[in-house]
Amino acid sequence: MWDQGLEQEWADLMRMALAGDSAAYRQFLLCITPHLRAMARSRCRTLGAPDSETEDIVQEVLLAIHLKRGSWDSSRPIGPWIGAIVRNKIIDALRRRGRRTNVPIEDVMDTLAAEEQAGGLAQLDIDSHLATLKRRQQDIVRSISIDGDSIRETANRFKMTEGAVRVALHRALKSLAQLCRIQST
Amino acid sequence: MRTEDLIDRLALDPPPRFGFGTAFLTATLLSILVAGGIFLAVIGIRPDIGRAAESASFLFKFVATMPLALGALGVALRLSRPGMAAGGWRLVLGAVPVLLATAVALELHQVPASLWQSRLVGSNAGFCLILIPLMAIGPLALLIAAMRRGAPERPALAGGFAGLAAGGIAATFYAMHCPDDSPLFVAAWYSAAILVMGVAGCLAGRRFLRW
Repeated sequence: MWDQGLEQEWADLMRMALAGDSAAYRQFLLCITPHLRAMARSRCRTLGAPDSETEDIVQEVLLAIHLKRGSWDSSRPIGPWIGAIVRNKIIDALRRRGRRTNVPIEDVMDTLAAEEQAGGLAQLDIDSHLATLKRRQQDIVRSISIDGDSIRETANRFKMTEGAVRVALHRALKSLAQLCRIQST
Repeated sequence: MRTEDLIDRLALDPPPRFGFGTAFLTATLLSILVAGGIFLAVIGIRPDIGRAAESASFLFKFVATMPLALGALGVALRLSRPGMAAGGWRLVLGAVPVLLATAVALELHQVPASLWQSRLVGSNAGFCLILIPLMAIGPLALLIAAMRRGAPERPALAGGFAGLAAGGIAATFYAMHCPDDSPLFVAAWYSAAILVMGVAGCLAGRRFLRW
């Protein structure tokens, strides 16, 4: 699996994140992404899926890690936890595309050196899912993700409290994850 | 959407107020309260509890149901965390059928064959089959709700263990009411009622624990 020092660093960041440090959380997500990408890409290649699916899978994994971050037992190593989520999401993604497959854990763990990909090309299905959210949720997600506004600016624009914006954003993310789940069944 | 943007957006989301471990523990305690509450309100402890508490076969019922509840809770908890195996809890759970089989063998050895049938049928089999699931439904719902905060890699399996745990908790209470102490009765009817909950848990897991 991953280098022990690396996993230690991830675990430390995640512990801070769970304690409410959003900068540490961002750092954690940024750190693991190249590793997730390498795993997803090698898996897509093995199974003959186009490279363009890699980034979708990476984003789905990030979303799953985000929504399920409370399921990590912070007294245990974080590597197997991440590995299991990646495996689960890769199987989901490939199943959705109509291929039945088994991903042996060794293959997934067998991570290659991280490669940075020029971002900006991949489009996640989420963009089309956005349309199915409630109007206000859509506005908030768009405001924060596409226009790059802060929570405060968004709150001012929609005359809501910051807390309400956070809650709405959180619910919207949950619904998006739900959609991914429904689509995969 | 660019992955970097997704990350920025996710980082803005506040952390969960409590983790899965806390949710599961809370659900377990509430389950005991709910099952215990229904037990006291609807059926209550059997009147001859003082005398029963001195009989080995009465006490044995708890030796079977409590490790079942505990072991199934432990397995359900661990299966709800990605990357974790069931671990030692499996052994606690696995001991239950062994204990039960041993007790049944002893009983068959001690009791003449002509009495086997009346022991097996007992006096309360129908109640047992209805009341155990009735007391177990609340706990199962609580455990499944808590496990939605987890991320079981095999939702149906994890749900099944939650069902066995709920059944085990309910059976532990029911055993204080039930006048049938024969291991033969327990092995047949308690097991049936608990397995029904296991199947219900599997279905609930498939439906509610996917992520």
